[in-house]
Amino acid sequence: MAKKLMKGNEAIGEAAICAGATNYFAYPITPQSEVAEYLSRRLPEVGGVFVQAESEVAVGYMLFGAASTGKRVFTTSSSPGISLMQEALSYMAGAHLPVVLVNIMRGGPGLGGILPAQSDYFQATKGGGHGDYHIIVLAPSSVQEAVDLMILAFDLADKYRTPVMLIGDGMIGQMMESVEFPEQYQTPPSPKEWALTGAVGRKPVVIKSLFLDPIALEKNSLELAKKYEIIKADEVRYELYKVNDKNKLLIFAYGTMARICQTAIDELEEEGIGVGLFRPISLFPFPQKEIYREVIKPNIKALLTVEMSVGQMIEDIERCIVGQKPLGFYGRTGGIVPSPDEVKAAVKKQLGLGK
Amino acid sequence: MPGIIIDKLYCKGCELCVHACPMQIISMSKEINQKGYFYATVYEPSRCIGCRICAITCPDAAIEVKAHGTHFTLFKY
Amino acid sequence: MAQDVDIILSRPKALSDNITHYCPGCTHGIIHRLVAETIDELGIRERTAGVAPVGCSVLAYNYFNVDFMEAAHGRAPAMATGFKRLRPDMIVFTYQGDGDLASIGMGEIIHAANRGEKFTVIFVNNAIYGMTGGQMAPTTLPGQKTTTSPLGRDVTTAGYPIRMAELLSSLRTPAYIARAAVHDPMYIIDAKRKIKRAFSYQIANKCFSLVEVLSTCPTNWGLSPTVSLEWLEKNMRPYYPLGTFKTPEDEVEKK
Repeated sequence: MAKKLMKGNEAIGEAAICAGATNYFAYPITPQSEVAEYLSRRLPEVGGVFVQAESEVAVGYMLFGAASTGKRVFTTSSSPGISLMQEALSYMAGAHLPVVLVNIMRGGPGLGGILPAQSDYFQATKGGGHGDYHIIVLAPSSVQEAVDLMILAFDLADKYRTPVMLIGDGMIGQMMESVEFPEQYQTPPSPKEWALTGAVGRKPVVIKSLFLDPIALEKNSLELAKKYEIIKADEVRYELYKVNDKNKLLIFAYGTMARICQTAIDELEEEGIGVGLFRPISLFPFPQKEIYREVIKPNIKALLTVEMSVGQMIEDIERCIVGQKPLGFYGRTGGIVPSPDEVKAAVKKQLGLGK
Repeated sequence: MPGIIIDKLYCKGCELCVHACPMQIISMSKEINQKGYFYATVYEPSRCIGCRICAITCPDAAIEVKAHGTHFTLFKY
Repeated sequence: MAQDVDIILSRPKALSDNITHYCPGCTHGIIHRLVAETIDELGIRERTAGVAPVGCSVLAYNYFNVDFMEAAHGRAPAMATGFKRLRPDMIVFTYQGDGDLASIGMGEIIHAANRGEKFTVIFVNNAIYGMTGGQMAPTTLPGQKTTTSPLGRDVTTAGYPIRMAELLSSLRTPAYIARAAVHDPMYIIDAKRKIKRAFSYQIANKCFSLVEVLSTCPTNWGLSPTVSLEWLEKNMRPYYPLGTFKTPEDEVEKK
């Protein structure tokens, strides 16, 4: 397929259709309402289902009900809306249901603002709902990557029978970039004997997260934990940018922030300061071993985490580097996106250069 | 000739059938079932008219109504 | 000479063999049976999916021989919406209590009804929260004593009980909304007719359907099963009139 110029939000919707997910439930919220607007027009063309729900709480359970049919389902929302879906997310994780959620993050807490932020990292990766569960979290840094990860999200959801969340900030959603959709995507086979299809010639199937017997509940939680161990072993994704054995500093950033850091790294290179970038693509599973491997390299003198928050991913970085190297932080929040110049200044400060 | 069979395993001894029976031929047993309830029994089976009201009232679907030969019912259910 | 023996009424096939966990005399069992008999008579067992609520009937999925989903408190109509939209060929019903549907799930039920989602709701109203131990429900009658209204429901602070059937029938979207009771064989037969009619509208892909069923809670009312039936007749029936409040054909027949 030829390249198309598309807005991030619309590309995400189109990517889902490409992945065979034509069932979409949503409630409008800035800055991702374009997904619903786009799909309300597009889904009827491909014989899909679009329901504008009465609230994000209802969206969560419409996904639950719809996913129980065994078909691919998804929603998109933004921070406050995703908070409302946490209840259903916990139920879906407990019931082993494959669903895909997209969080086009905006600044918080509370109603916050409508500008881009990365302040839902904790909520997404640590489980915003109750109980022993995790979801797979993927963070694209471009519209093209959002398309690719969206398709991957459906495959992972089916493969592991788990909710998967794509987190992008408002910039990914609002930005227009050229994108290419895979021409011949094929859904990997995944038997869905757990789906509700009517008790024809078999015993009734029940999809539930209720286990009143503590032994049964523990068993379910252990099953989930086992699944997360496999995910941690097999589904770690990350990208390195200009990482070599001469760099003195390594930056950690994800999503849009990583792109801004790339610009800063290019400019620093011209100034003769060698800096590399470690960009986690999967935030859960977090590239723990890979980060440690990069950090302990003898040329690395200092580390810097850059986020559009007051410091959330840095806690995971701290966990990975176990105090091996000095770790600095630079972040802006509330919808303010750090500029390459600000990142450059933070790098120099961390390296003890300049003023 | 109609008759009913009460599955004592399902009976919880709520006595709703006892009060519902228009012929008043159901009473509670003096024995208890596995769950520890005094279950319902028919003590005058020959007077049963097969009206089905006991089965319709039973919250535990423990009562089966049978009829031998032609059976007329007063209402549709 | 052996005569033919006809079984004229027995345990419906759509009910499983499990003994329910309901208290003795609880009319949940009757309503379960009515739904199961309806499923049998309409021959839809193999294409039916139920949605269980939170409350006493949280384990409803153990008692039906059909596919089931377990919802969160009050969210059953949203789950049924998601399922039915993707599988319009299947028959979907939710089974919800008054705390579940009229309190925490008020938003979901009103909007599902207003969108005209083509599934059936069996709404069991016993004027109290059963599972959690007899607390005041939105349907608790004025002056009725519960564990959270020990002096009786005070309508100046708790408001009056919500009449869900009337409330939902005020929506303009076509629907089948009826109220029945199961405290007397005559009314049980009527309740079954209404439940069957509700499912029939769904099979015809016609409209949203809801049957509110007045039910008892002997344990939390603190009455014997038989006295509970009398209490329902004396106290609940005057406040919650039985009848068909709305049909897609727009006929209004009030008893």
